[in-house]
Amino acid sequence: MMPSFPLRAKGLEAPAYTVQRWTRMSILGTSGLGVVVVVLALLPFMVGLSVTYAMVDFFILLLLAMTWNLLAGYGGMVSVGQQAYVGIGAYAVVVFADTFSLNIVVTILLAAIVSAILAFPISFFAFRLVGGYFAIGTWVLAEVVRLIVVQFPQIGGGAGISLAATTDMPKDLRIAMSYWIALGAAVVVLVVCVWLVRSRIGLALTALRDDVTAAATSGVRVQSVRRRVFIFAAAAAGVAGALVAISTMRVQPDSVFSVQWSAFMIFIVVVGGVGTLEGPIIGAIIFWVLKQLLADYGPLYLIFLGAVGIVFVLFVRGGVWGLVSRRKRLEIFPVGYRFSRTEKDGSKPAP
Amino acid sequence: MNLLEPIVQGILLGGLYALFAAGLSLMFGVMRIVNLAYGDFAVLAAYGTLVVVNAALINPLIALVVVAPAMAALGYVLQRTVLQRTLGLSPLPSLLVTFGLSIIIQNVLLLFGSADQQRLTLGDIDTASVTLPLDITVGVFPLGVFVLAVVILGVLSWVTAKTQYGRLVRAVSDDPDTVMLQGANPKVIYGIATAIAFGLVAIAGVAAGIQTSFSPSSGSMLLIFAFEAVIIGGLGSLWGTLGGAVILGVAQTVGAAFAPAQQILAGHVVFLLFLAFLPSGLSRRKVRA
Repeated sequence: MMPSFPLRAKGLEAPAYTVQRWTRMSILGTSGLGVVVVVLALLPFMVGLSVTYAMVDFFILLLLAMTWNLLAGYGGMVSVGQQAYVGIGAYAVVVFADTFSLNIVVTILLAAIVSAILAFPISFFAFRLVGGYFAIGTWVLAEVVRLIVVQFPQIGGGAGISLAATTDMPKDLRIAMSYWIALGAAVVVLVVCVWLVRSRIGLALTALRDDVTAAATSGVRVQSVRRRVFIFAAAAAGVAGALVAISTMRVQPDSVFSVQWSAFMIFIVVVGGVGTLEGPIIGAIIFWVLKQLLADYGPLYLIFLGAVGIVFVLFVRGGVWGLVSRRKRLEIFPVGYRFSRTEKDGSKPAP
Repeated sequence: MNLLEPIVQGILLGGLYALFAAGLSLMFGVMRIVNLAYGDFAVLAAYGTLVVVNAALINPLIALVVVAPAMAALGYVLQRTVLQRTLGLSPLPSLLVTFGLSIIIQNVLLLFGSADQQRLTLGDIDTASVTLPLDITVGVFPLGVFVLAVVILGVLSWVTAKTQYGRLVRAVSDDPDTVMLQGANPKVIYGIATAIAFGLVAIAGVAAGIQTSFSPSSGSMLLIFAFEAVIIGGLGSLWGTLGGAVILGVAQTVGAAFAPAQQILAGHVVFLLFLAFLPSGLSRRKVRA
């Protein structure tokens, strides 16, 4: 059940060590999360349409926050330009669903692919810059994408365009469908994030997060790891944009390319806990609840978000997850390493 | 098509961008902070000037005598109380805090003002123009802004090169700990540098408010132009920044001469070309991040 393997140095009779990835805590956490996903999948049968509709928004934010956390929290790439791919994904759905009459689920996959393909050349421009200038650079690149997209009257120019493919569907079915697609996308991205962080890339990313120079000296190919994460984050943002198009049935350039997307994902990750897998989930829940309660206050709500974000950066660096897990070594996902000494016969020493 | 006139206009526009870029470049050079709220502070200063102008019925340039020191004081306090806490090896905290400030400023302005475009005016000077040789007509105000930008950059580079404070700034940007050992307090030096940057941003914000219009959300665009000027010019070089600002201005006005709607895109494209082929900018200096 708990895969463990001894590490033995050659020719030495040194005590062997066992490396454990799964702990009792993470087994509980991950299976608990599995139960939550099953409950969420059944949610449209239990709650009203308005809640289901609002939950689509939650999954969109979760997708964005999880991948922004990989970018900034692990990879040290503070992007303020993820809205480029939100927009590309949203327009991709309209083009593939309305112009080419493709199945709506297929268009979401295509949105991810198109975003990833465009992120590849964009990364070469963005990666010329580091730190703070990387941030503004990604913002400029997002502006360039927006300015190019609005040149085309075929996709609505500056005014935007409506998604026609799903207008014939009954409203409740349409909303339930976008809910399930959004839930599925969030689960897929979460699993990929956990897998990435557990894998060799994750080890490289964690090393990058802690010290770029030391990571590079230890043989981490910094640019190549960063580029893969950049492209993955773009694909996920493309999916988020596709979901925006499907759930709102309208794509407006000023809204899908708004820098506010980046502001929201930054808030979620900072409040939840930057550089952890659990943080963005906690942050997305907090943000979504705040949004349901306060969004009607308009500017006051955004001022509040800005102020809370600043307070967290200054005084609560680890975010809410950091506060919760500080003493108790809580973890939901099996991404840590536990070393324990094993005796020669492979049994564990008495404590 | 006569391109001479748009080129001259672009050079003058570059003066305005250089005013913006100087403060951004100064804050990065001294504290390694990229202030994402930079453009919003410019807009804040323009609104502040508008309030003073309406209350006291005076010329915006006279109002600036009050607003610029007020902004400088705000910068000093902000650096000492908030930004100082974000300094460190990672650029993440300062970016996040300044991005939060940007959102707060934009929405406070929306709350107390409106989303409408506003404008400051100097009366007749707004539209006054002079004719240069070769029959080129330029506005008096943009010409004045360009001259002001050159003067301010000249003063700044004199201060950094020749004065005691300038020596401290250069030392602290290389190694704050050693400066502390020598008896100077880097925090005060940081505070003064931010105060200078904020005074500059007030001047730039008011100049932009007279030359074009502004709204609560126009700060982002100003930040982006300042950033492009800094990168085209090359990090860490004041005169490079002026060159970068002029190139950006010319790219925009020449682009607008060909396709009026594409002014901003033309500037972005030239910026991306520099990023791709000359990433260390005009000055070609390597600067640590």
